[in-house]
Amino acid sequence: MTTILGIEGTAWNLSAAIVNESDVVAEVTETYRPLTGGIHPREAAQHHAKYASQVIRDLLDEGKQHGLGVGDIDAIAFSQGPGLGPCLRTVATAARMLALSLNIPLVGVNHCIAHIEVGKWKTPASDPVVLYVSGANSQVLAYRMGKYRVFGETLDIGIGNAFDKFARNAGFSHPGGPKIEEYAKNAEGYIPLPYVVKGMDFSFSGLSTAATDALKRASLQDVCYSFQETAFAMMVEVTERALAHTGKSEVLLAGGVGANMRLREMLDIMCDDRGASFYVPEKRFMGDNGAMIAYLGLLMLESGTVTYIDRSHVNPNFRPDDVEVTWIVEDVGKRGIE
Amino acid sequence: MYLTSGAEATVYLKDGVIIKERVPKRYRLVELDERIRKERTRAEARLISEARRIGVPTPIIHDINGSTIKMEYIEGELIKNVMTPQLSERVGEIVGRLHSGGIIHGDLTTSNMILHNDKIYLIDFGLAFVSRIVESQGVDVHVLFQTFESTHKDHEKLIEAFCRGYRKTFLNADEIIKRVKEIEKRGRYA
Repeated sequence: MTTILGIEGTAWNLSAAIVNESDVVAEVTETYRPLTGGIHPREAAQHHAKYASQVIRDLLDEGKQHGLGVGDIDAIAFSQGPGLGPCLRTVATAARMLALSLNIPLVGVNHCIAHIEVGKWKTPASDPVVLYVSGANSQVLAYRMGKYRVFGETLDIGIGNAFDKFARNAGFSHPGGPKIEEYAKNAEGYIPLPYVVKGMDFSFSGLSTAATDALKRASLQDVCYSFQETAFAMMVEVTERALAHTGKSEVLLAGGVGANMRLREMLDIMCDDRGASFYVPEKRFMGDNGAMIAYLGLLMLESGTVTYIDRSHVNPNFRPDDVEVTWIVEDVGKRGIE
Repeated sequence: MYLTSGAEATVYLKDGVIIKERVPKRYRLVELDERIRKERTRAEARLISEARRIGVPTPIIHDINGSTIKMEYIEGELIKNVMTPQLSERVGEIVGRLHSGGIIHGDLTTSNMILHNDKIYLIDFGLAFVSRIVESQGVDVHVLFQTFESTHKDHEKLIEAFCRGYRKTFLNADEIIKRVKEIEKRGRYA
């Protein structure tokens, strides 16, 4: 049995967890909530620095209650990127310190891939096309020949940030997505907004501005509804194309914006029409969480990948397609057909 | 006769005419869905005609109705089945002309090219758009090179021949070819 302690802190959520092959043993989370406006990178990092030792201590206590001692931990995993630089550096420092003091390996993991792998772990999906939607990230990915390839992605800002930008202008507090979803439920009609799909990529920046502008001539409910309908349709379209292109038969939804019920419904309809299966993990594994970092760390450690301290610098623009996937063993027969 | 069904459209042959119909998407709101299908159908027909005006053989558009295009059926061999370095050079010339005219095909594969009366026709402009940006042109060429690699032997010779033709008709060819190499390294658009 391999046991990993993982720490996540790329943005506003500081979360640490202990996992083994069969399940999450313990998890402790401490979330930074801005009083006004959005996430301030420095303030978020200061929050993480302030609570890091408390979170780790509480986590180890929780582990102890489940019969796990510090000596049972085989490695420390941390999110190396992508994310906000100051937050990443704070968490990386905590992770290095733990690894050095316990004299166990360190594993730097890609935050996007952690979302995917925890989804595959906690749902029946085995080789899905993934729609990964969060504050800063919006990507359509799938595994092919040693890497998670990005088939389509946002050309500017993530869908969550697009919602937040609009939400701040509409006077909502952070995060904007859940409020937009609530207002959208009481809409009376759709107002036209720019639908921007270029090849396999999409763009949200202009859409967010257009939605803000539309508040002058349409009701808040109608704008929220139209914003969601437009943005989600763009991403579902690219997800469908990736399905057709790769010939895969599963779709996995990952990331915090995946909590949106309308997005789920649209993906469900698309999959239904194509005869594909649609999977969503339970909510605690959708947003940023320590368990996913620990779990990807486990997969990497078991397949022989560790991160040496002098190579453990963070990377705020860490792309998922930069990672050599060492933990997926391809079926040789299946590869022959591709 | 039913020809293909992609994620976006179905294509069939009826009375010697090609009918391409963009299919409705149930996940999209009806009014949004209709707007997008209509816009894209119009854009596709426009780019097919525009390409022919700048010297790229394409089917003649007979009619556009909502999200349906009726166009000329080009009978001939798919380039995929008859590819040679000589033909690849001519493909290069055609793509060079297309890019000189500011059009990106968006799905350049040897299955979207037909040899007819000793002319190479480009078909399926469903993902085409207008752009003179190096990155878009580079991705266009990169996608084609990938089909060379996956479906043709001697793909190095084909790429070399393509570049010869591409340089003949497109002033910026060298810059694009350089970008294609960068795009390959990124490992995207797999």
